[in-house]
Amino acid sequence: MTGTLSDTLDRGRATDRQPGPYPIGLVGILVTVGMLFAAFTAAIAVRRGATDWVSIALPWIVWINTLILVLSSGTVVGAVRAVRLGRMAAAPWWLAAALALGTTFLVGQVVAWMNLTAQEVVLATGPYAAFFYLLSAVHGAHVVGGLAALAWTRRRAVRGAYGPERHGGLRHAAIYWHFVGGVWVYLLVLLSVL
Amino acid sequence: MSGQRQTVEIVALIVLFLGITTFTVVGYSAHDWLPPVASEHGVGVDGVIRYLVLTTGTILVIGTLAFVAFLWRYGRGRPTEAPQTSARSERWWTLVPVIGMALIAEAGVLLKGLPVWEQVYGDPPEGALVVDVMAQQFEWIVRYPGLDGTFGRTAPELIERVGNPAGLDASDPASVDDIVLRNQLHLAAGRPTVVRLQSRDVLHSFSVAAFRIKQDVVPGVVMRAQFVPTTPGRYEIACAEVCGMGHYEMGASVIVHPPAEYEVWLSDQTGVGQ
Amino acid sequence: MSTAHEPTSFWSKYVFSTDHKTIGKQYLITAFAMALFGVTWSIFIRLQLAWPAAEWPLLGKILPNLYEGGFLAPEKYLSLVTMHGTIMIFFVVSFGLVSGFGNFIIPLQVGARDMAYPFLNMLSYWTIVPACLLMLFSFFVPDGAAVGGWTAYPPLSALQDAIPGSGMGQTLWLLAMALFIASFTMGSLNYVTTILNCRTRGMSMFRLPLTVWTLLISAILGILAFPALTAAAIMLLLDRHGGTSFFLPSGLVMSGQVLPYEGGTPLLFQHLFWFLGHPEVYVLVLPAVGIAFDVVATFGRRPVFGYRTSVWSLVVIAVLSMIVWGHHMFTSGMNPYLGEYFSIATVAITIPFAVLGMNLIASLWRAEIRLTTAMRFALGIVAAIGVGGLGGLWLGTASSDMYLHDSYFVVGHFHLMIGIVTGFGIFAGCYYWYPKMFGRHMSERLGTWHFWLTVAPVFVALISMHYLGLAGHLRRLYDPAVYDYAQPTQWMNVGISIALFIAAGAQVLFLVNFFGSLFRKERAAANPWEGATLEWTTPSPAPHLNWDTPPEVRRGPYEYRVPGAEDGYRTQIAPDAGTAQAT
Repeated sequence: MTGTLSDTLDRGRATDRQPGPYPIGLVGILVTVGMLFAAFTAAIAVRRGATDWVSIALPWIVWINTLILVLSSGTVVGAVRAVRLGRMAAAPWWLAAALALGTTFLVGQVVAWMNLTAQEVVLATGPYAAFFYLLSAVHGAHVVGGLAALAWTRRRAVRGAYGPERHGGLRHAAIYWHFVGGVWVYLLVLLSVL
Repeated sequence: MSGQRQTVEIVALIVLFLGITTFTVVGYSAHDWLPPVASEHGVGVDGVIRYLVLTTGTILVIGTLAFVAFLWRYGRGRPTEAPQTSARSERWWTLVPVIGMALIAEAGVLLKGLPVWEQVYGDPPEGALVVDVMAQQFEWIVRYPGLDGTFGRTAPELIERVGNPAGLDASDPASVDDIVLRNQLHLAAGRPTVVRLQSRDVLHSFSVAAFRIKQDVVPGVVMRAQFVPTTPGRYEIACAEVCGMGHYEMGASVIVHPPAEYEVWLSDQTGVGQ
Repeated sequence: MSTAHEPTSFWSKYVFSTDHKTIGKQYLITAFAMALFGVTWSIFIRLQLAWPAAEWPLLGKILPNLYEGGFLAPEKYLSLVTMHGTIMIFFVVSFGLVSGFGNFIIPLQVGARDMAYPFLNMLSYWTIVPACLLMLFSFFVPDGAAVGGWTAYPPLSALQDAIPGSGMGQTLWLLAMALFIASFTMGSLNYVTTILNCRTRGMSMFRLPLTVWTLLISAILGILAFPALTAAAIMLLLDRHGGTSFFLPSGLVMSGQVLPYEGGTPLLFQHLFWFLGHPEVYVLVLPAVGIAFDVVATFGRRPVFGYRTSVWSLVVIAVLSMIVWGHHMFTSGMNPYLGEYFSIATVAITIPFAVLGMNLIASLWRAEIRLTTAMRFALGIVAAIGVGGLGGLWLGTASSDMYLHDSYFVVGHFHLMIGIVTGFGIFAGCYYWYPKMFGRHMSERLGTWHFWLTVAPVFVALISMHYLGLAGHLRRLYDPAVYDYAQPTQWMNVGISIALFIAAGAQVLFLVNFFGSLFRKERAAANPWEGATLEWTTPSPAPHLNWDTPPEVRRGPYEYRVPGAEDGYRTQIAPDAGTAQAT
């Protein structure tokens, strides 16, 4: 195995063509964000062993938010498909839908916080509430980043910068968006199912 | 740089690097830096340290000799035959540090270190003396269970700095004969001892240089420091984990008595409720 | 990016520049500025340790806040210790070595015109500016700067009543660290992408200079490890200000009051902290080792011994460094079996490190040494790795760490590794690449003085610290002589302080040399050291976009005195002299 890996490392660059720098940068972002949530996961694993860990029923709107986020991933898939099939005019609409759904998700999360606060479940109530507020806030921050990336790709799409063979930025923003959605589903499973 | 000046400076560098190694190796062996050891496992800790002096010292000396030999041979600006090593021969050479370090490092941990670790973290022997030590900014509250052999209940809300530093619950019958001392720990020579460590505020660390022990005291958990004091005498407990403004003076005494003297001392103490 | 015009305005050229070379220099100079603070604080620390009871009326006049009535108060001492550690690790060594040289040298050595994401690069620099300001400003908030040590262990760092500096100062510390991590992550993403994606034609991974390899490993470790500290910092902030109990257990008593926390554990913070903290030391040390390899090859006039085994050793070190964090916690009350595992894994790191050390020494075999100041510091790195690395074995072995933990042995050890190895790495890099940075040479004469006045005192002082540790001296003590057993060796603290004052003073020579040489008339040649790596194939100072046409690499980075090299060396782009393609 080292043999083949060594061979790969030995191979010179054959051409002048520089691949876009994005794939590695994107992998790096996914890894570092993944490690952040892995660290929080470890914290939960340690913290839930304590006697004061009591699960709290999450407000129902959290589940609707999750559904909205999943839907938004679907619209992003639609945007990528549209570009790949050359239906350039459709892409901005798909992306606009994704932006709207993503924003709705964030608003919904804030509503969920307000619901919890109204039930007098606040940050200091207990570890479960603390982790819910903490993780939804940190996740929300990453959603904001994703929305910014989608907004940027939408602007590029409107300007006709993408083509069926040439839409790296859109594809990578989409991967990040799916990743952020996946993280939320994971967090929800971690907090409410396990 | 002219050849002659470079030679002078290469010699200076050789002196420097030989000096560093000499200072390191001779420094360790010329003086007994460790305070006199006064616990059973402490002898083992000193053994590990001696093992490390010997092994790492040897590597340092060999490495330095090769280093300065190359500096002397190739540092004086003379033309040399170019080296012709293949990646293959270089790979073989790596076996030297790999096998050498693997043996020295892992043997140190497993053969020399593990038995000592076991002495400190293994199950305490039957009949060990159990003492409760509470660390708080910036003092050590020592508590013995008294004649009944049972520690009385404590609670954080009962702690009063002057009157009841351990936070003992007077309504618990077991607490009546508990002996509470401030900043002094009395032990019996030769008797296995378990110090139960607790903190009510921040991290502290229970360290006794003569016993070669260091155990952090973590709030929320009961920690255990386990050792057998061997030599009667007075030693010092020092807090080894930064704990606040008074951290540096959070010291206390350990008095190790001969066994008979310890019994006399113990019978002279009165419980907090007596 | 390759079509970008050279910026002409002062602001876009020198301040908000996206040019990797300018950003590298900005980082380097910021590191020097922060080092002025960090080193000055270390002088105050050493004054206190050598003469614990002394009064300093003059300092009381100059710095009335710090030396109230001429005395340094215990909490001020602790804040100096905390801030010295934080600043030197994150704001001097990280900035100078990893970010400074990383930004400056990676594109030049891989044959790229700039970093993969120039704008992100600029953003990463301008993120650390507020971080630096926040850190420094924290000295002026009520109750002063953070005091919890650079490790910021809760509960001390979480409870505002535990010690004055755990008030606003600790909050600012956490915020500054968060900015630092954000910036470092941006930088790391840039390094990894640039090294993997933007290499020029012919530049295979095994033709990369070892400096680039070490920076790559360092960046990957940063990406993997820093998020753990981000998580810990956020949770600590919430414990401090949000009333949560991530790290705080029940039953805490402060000023006679039982605090309302419940269920948390301080050990969780330590695990998260050291999950970052240990890889972090390799993030810092490895690039210095890489620079040492490059410098030793250039001035030893021979190929690096064991290039490939060095690369694989770096990879092994990186992997191991992620799974040994617990060795900082042998005495913390961790499960003893876990402790033994961490010990076994930790001392295993000495194996690849020994390979690196041997390869460095063996790279001098049949060398033709040219003794320049860069080479002097590279040789100093070899010595420091020897003494410091072997001392690490003492601490990695859990059974001796039981005694040595939190003692001056630890202080001596980590100052050798992440003070001297990295510091010498910065110096070697400066003397070596100064011509490429500024088109002039630093003075070799001043450099010689700088080296000798630094190297002798620091080794004497730091090795002596190991002895103090063996004698039982504990770190972070306001008055080291407070314990009886420590008094017989207290005189050594005086000697150590004096030696370190000399070494600190010698750094003035470096600063004078660095900034003074900017104004020298004599210009440096494109390849003054006859180096073989790519950065020497472009004029000094390196022009905007680095090359007219991107170079095509034909061979490895260290072809000195190899067959077929008429001038005694072949650069990576030199055409083959009628022979078959060399490997």
